[in-house]
Formats: sequence, structure tokens, C-alpha cells
Amino acid sequence: MKYIDEYRQPELAKKLVDRIHRRSRKQIRLMEFCGGHTVSIFKYGIRQLLPDTIEMLSGPGCPVCVTANADLDKAIALAQLPDAIITSFGDMIRVPGSYSSLQIAKAEGNDVRVVYSVLDAIQVARENPDKSVIFVGIGFETTAPTIAAGVLQAEQENLSNFHILSLHKLCPPIMKSILDLGEVRLSGIVCPGHVSAVIGSHPYQFIADDYHISCVVSGFEPLDILLCIDMLVEQIENEDYKVEIAYRRGVKPEGNQQAIKLMESVFEVGDADWRGIGVVPASGLILRESYEKFDAEKNFEINPGPVREPRGCICGSILRGVSTPLDCKLFRQTCTPEHPVGPCMVSSEGSCATYYNYGDGDGG
Amino acid sequence: MEDKILLAHGSGGKLSHELIQKNFIPALGNPALDRLDDSAVLELERTGRLAFTTDSYVVSPIFFPGGDIGRLAVCGTVNDLSMSGAVPHYLSLSLIIEEGLLVSELEKVVDSVRQAADEAGVKIATGDTKVVNQGDADRLFINTSGVGIIPEGIDISGSNAKPGDRIIVSGTLGDHGIAIMSQREGLSFSTTLKSDCAPLNHLVVDMLDESHLINCLRDPTRGGLATTLNEIAGQSGVGIELEENTIPVRDEVRGACELLGLDPLYIANEGKLIAMVEENAAESILNRMRKNRYGKKAAIIGRVCSEHPGRVVVKTAFGSSRILDMLSGELLPRIC
Repeated sequence: MKYIDEYRQPELAKKLVDRIHRRSRKQIRLMEFCGGHTVSIFKYGIRQLLPDTIEMLSGPGCPVCVTANADLDKAIALAQLPDAIITSFGDMIRVPGSYSSLQIAKAEGNDVRVVYSVLDAIQVARENPDKSVIFVGIGFETTAPTIAAGVLQAEQENLSNFHILSLHKLCPPIMKSILDLGEVRLSGIVCPGHVSAVIGSHPYQFIADDYHISCVVSGFEPLDILLCIDMLVEQIENEDYKVEIAYRRGVKPEGNQQAIKLMESVFEVGDADWRGIGVVPASGLILRESYEKFDAEKNFEINPGPVREPRGCICGSILRGVSTPLDCKLFRQTCTPEHPVGPCMVSSEGSCATYYNYGDGDGG
Repeated sequence: MEDKILLAHGSGGKLSHELIQKNFIPALGNPALDRLDDSAVLELERTGRLAFTTDSYVVSPIFFPGGDIGRLAVCGTVNDLSMSGAVPHYLSLSLIIEEGLLVSELEKVVDSVRQAADEAGVKIATGDTKVVNQGDADRLFINTSGVGIIPEGIDISGSNAKPGDRIIVSGTLGDHGIAIMSQREGLSFSTTLKSDCAPLNHLVVDMLDESHLINCLRDPTRGGLATTLNEIAGQSGVGIELEENTIPVRDEVRGACELLGLDPLYIANEGKLIAMVEENAAESILNRMRKNRYGKKAAIIGRVCSEHPGRVVVKTAFGSSRILDMLSGELLPRIC
């Protein structure tokens, strides 16, 4: 298959793996921020191919996982309003909040629908003019421009029954936050591919300059990731810390200006609540005042009750890279994809689900 | 106005009789069905053990590229019988119709039932129709049960896989699931892909004619290849090892899966089988399968082993390996 098979060629992969083995001398620790990278790394068994000198950690890059219980409780409370239709991306409906989940709210008779894009949610709003259609907007800079386009579309059509619960999050601020916490010492970062397609590679420059940590933007195919690791190893071995792109077919240094403009026209930067990390200033996106009428939080009265965290769940420290799923007492015991306790077991890109589905990365 | 199914069509009264006489008997009639007694009385020509299975079909939409709920309901049950090595003979056909279904749509479905039954060489021996209020069902649900005879000397079961067995799949994986998904509301990508929905009994007859050294047969429907192989690994207490690059998947299916964040190995099939066969018979069975219209793209994709019992491990083209677990929950596309 074109544009896919080229990036999965075993012979080229072997060459890259050999080069990484030859070059890697220092003991280093790399973090992939994006859940999509975690899945690829496990799916293709990339950890098994790397030398013992390289340790890979997974970071907080799964939008479902980083959604705080407080925000999830809001979505569930909105679903329980009379005449409301909640539209959400798939994985989100299974994540347990403090008391319930969207899936349970649905089973209790509330109208919760899975959609694949914000445009589907708008269609639901068109078809149900007498209902309030609320879209649970999660995701990073990758998703936010499309949601912004959805808001503009709703504005143009004067769809007064369409609303957004904006839980969008920003990548560079949370990277800074994790580095400032100082819990994990990193040598290099596998920077997210899709996020960087929107924001470009410049926003990571502070990591190389201020923290002396190498940054390379990666795609999601095995060759992309191996090339990224190879470039990181080279930088680290040479103590030459910079931002590079191993995903040139998808990412330009300056990003996608049109998408950024779209995002900025509808959203402004605000504080966001991150699971396991807490409220991080200027790390999220909220609707601008001129689009207030679409803001679910400003248009509906809800009282989700006090927030509770599941006992024993260590999703928070897994998201910070401090622990792995294997450190969790609940993993594979009480917490499974069928009966998830925390979000990292729900989302297909969550660390726990990935460890569970593909083995522990050791090949079986 | 087009004729629609009314509640009265399921009342057992005149409209019910009219429906049976007009829409079912002419299409599906045979000596067992035509008697219209409370139960069908079946003549079985062969001796052997009886295989008996049942399945309900609730697919949405009821018409999809490559088939419809009628064809699916026949093929599904025929295939379940075939996977025990049985030769399917008779099916029951039970319909639960939501009022308002167009009579012309019902006719289309019944015609598909007829075509699929003819192709498989099975008869509809008995049936039932119920009509429920709008909203109590989604257009049309079908249940079929089936009986078949397992010829002497054949012992096929999910518990029979043995270390050393070769694993054969009869063709490309994921066609049905992706064809259905492409039609579903909210998933508006278009593809030319058709469901693989097909009766596999003749293919199984060919395989058994070639060799009796077949230990397991399974059709990887819901949960796909991954789930089915995990079931067999568990039932037989063996490990399974697959070579990823030998597993046949169409480019369209791979493309759709890439787009949606799905794995073709977990996607449903309705016209494919997996066979665990003794190593020394694998090549000849494979060659025979490739001569059947439903086995043209058959391939050997791995082997049964004694290591890691209960687990399925995939060897990637890169020389690494990973676990292939059972499907968990509904398949939902990724979000970023």
C-alpha cells in the first residue's frame, strides 16, 4: 500500500537498528509523548530491537487519559440534563469518572452518541433542533483546528443548539511542566507527529535551549520512529541538543499556519486540568468570548459533585513517566480493558491498554 | 404508497397467512416447509452424528455492499455447521420485523435467503414471523438454526489443535467488517469494498475430500482472526505463532484500518475460515482450497506450538514479536 509500505520496509529497519546499536554508547532515556507513538512502538516491537543503552518511557500524550475526573464528571452531568444529546469520541464514553461514565449514563437512558468528527456532531444538532447537542471536545493541537472549524460552521448556520465542552490541551506547556517537575530525567524526546503537523517544530526549541534535551519529531510508522531514535542518539552522543524533524512528509518547521489561525480565531489559551498533574496554567484551550454561546460550561447549570479518584490507580504517575503499568497493583488484576479502573486502560492509545494488548514490550 | 409490514402481519391471522403464502412459500418452498405443520419433520439420508447450531442476526444496515441480512443469516449458520465438519442440511428461519418495513425490502431479503440457501444446498425447513412496534426492533432481526450431519471418521474441534499444526486462512481478512462500517451512519468514508459473506460448506467438503488431517476449523466472525485464534489457543492449551507478513489483507481494508485506527486482525469476516491442519497435509489442503472460489487467496499464516500455551504471538517483519490478544469491548476508531 502506497505511503505506508515504504515506511515499513524490514531491510531499511534493520539498517537503522544496526546504526543505532553502533552509535549508542551513553545510557540514555527517551520519552515518547504521544500515545500513537506508544502504540506503534509496542505493535512493531521496537523496544526489543533497541540496545540496552536506550530506555524508552511513555508520556502524557493520550487525550482521553489526561482528561481529569473533574472534567469527565462535567460531561456526565451534562448528559443527564433533560433534552441534551452528548456527542463524544469513542474511547471517552468508557472512561470511569468519579461516580459514573458516559457509557453508564447512556445505559440509564440519557442520549450519548459516539461520533467520529465534530461535523457529525453538527449534523446531529441540525437534525435535532429541539435538543441541546453538546460535543465533548478533547484532544491536543491536532484536533482543535477541526473543532474550531466546526464552531465556525455552527456560527454560519446559526445553530443555537450546538455546544462544546472544551477540554482541549496544549502540548509544549505540559512538556515544560513535566520537565519542571523534575521527576524523570530525560535525554531526548520523541516529539508528537500530528501535533507538530499543526504547530511545527519551533515550539519545542526551548526544550533544547533551556533543558539541553534533544527533540526529534517523529511519524508513526516503524521506520519513522527508528529514524527519530537514531537522530536522537546522534544528537545526544555529540552533546548537540537541537530540534529536528524525522517526519518531513508531514511536518514543516513552521507548522500549518492556516490551521493555527483557525484555532486561534475560535479558542484562546487558558488553564487546563490534567489527570495526575493538576491544573497547569496556560496549557489548554477555551472558547473566546465572542463564541461564548457555544460554550457548554457557560450555558448550562450543572453540579457534578465532589471529585473522587479511583483507589490504587496510578494512571497519574504513569502519565508523568514516573511509573509504568507494571508498577500498578491493579494492572491485569482488577484493571483490564473489560473493567477499566483508570483511563490509561480504556483508551486504545493509553499506556496500560497498550501494555495489556501487546504484551509488556518484551515480545511475549 | 408502497406496501409496508403492519403489526397485523405478525398476528397469526389472515395477513400472516397471506404473507407466508405470498412471500415465503414461493421463494423458499420444499417438502418439509410446504406442510406448514407446527414442526418440520426431516428425512435424513445419511448416517452420522448430528450437528446443531443457532445464531441471531441484527446487522445494521440490513442491506450492505456484497450482501444483506438474509444472505448473512443463511451463510452464518451454514458456516457454523461446516466448522464442525458437518454437511448442513436444514435451517430454520425466524424473523422479527419492526412495523413499517417495506414489503419490497422483505421480499429482497427473502430472495437473498433463497439464493444463499440454494448456493449452499440447504433447505429452509421451518420458520416464524413476528412483527413488533416501531422502536422495539431495528427494521429486521433474523434468527436461523441449522442441522447437519458429520460424516463418519471426522473429528474437528477447537480443542484439537496440536503443536506442529499449520494454520491456514481461506482468504483476505476484514472485508465484511470494513464494508459494514463504511455504510454506517457517521462513518461517511466511501469504499468499493464488498462483504465477503459466503457459504463455506463446499470449501470444507473439498478440504475434507483432500485430507482428513484437519484438526480445527473456525470462522473468524466477530472479533476477527485474533479473537478466534485466542479461543483455539485456550481451548486446545497450545500456543500460536503467526508470521505477520503472510496474513492476507486487502489494500482497501488496510487503508480503511489505517484511517480509523483499527487492526484488520480484529475485524469481522463472514466468508472466511481458519484451519489447523497436520503439517504434512498443509500444502495439499492449501492447493485444493485455492481451486475453490471461496479459497482462492488461501494462505498458510503460522503454526501451532507448545510454547506459551493460551497465547497468540505475532512475529513482525522486523524480527520482533508481540502478543495478539482477544478483542476487548467494541471496536472504536481512534481519535487523534
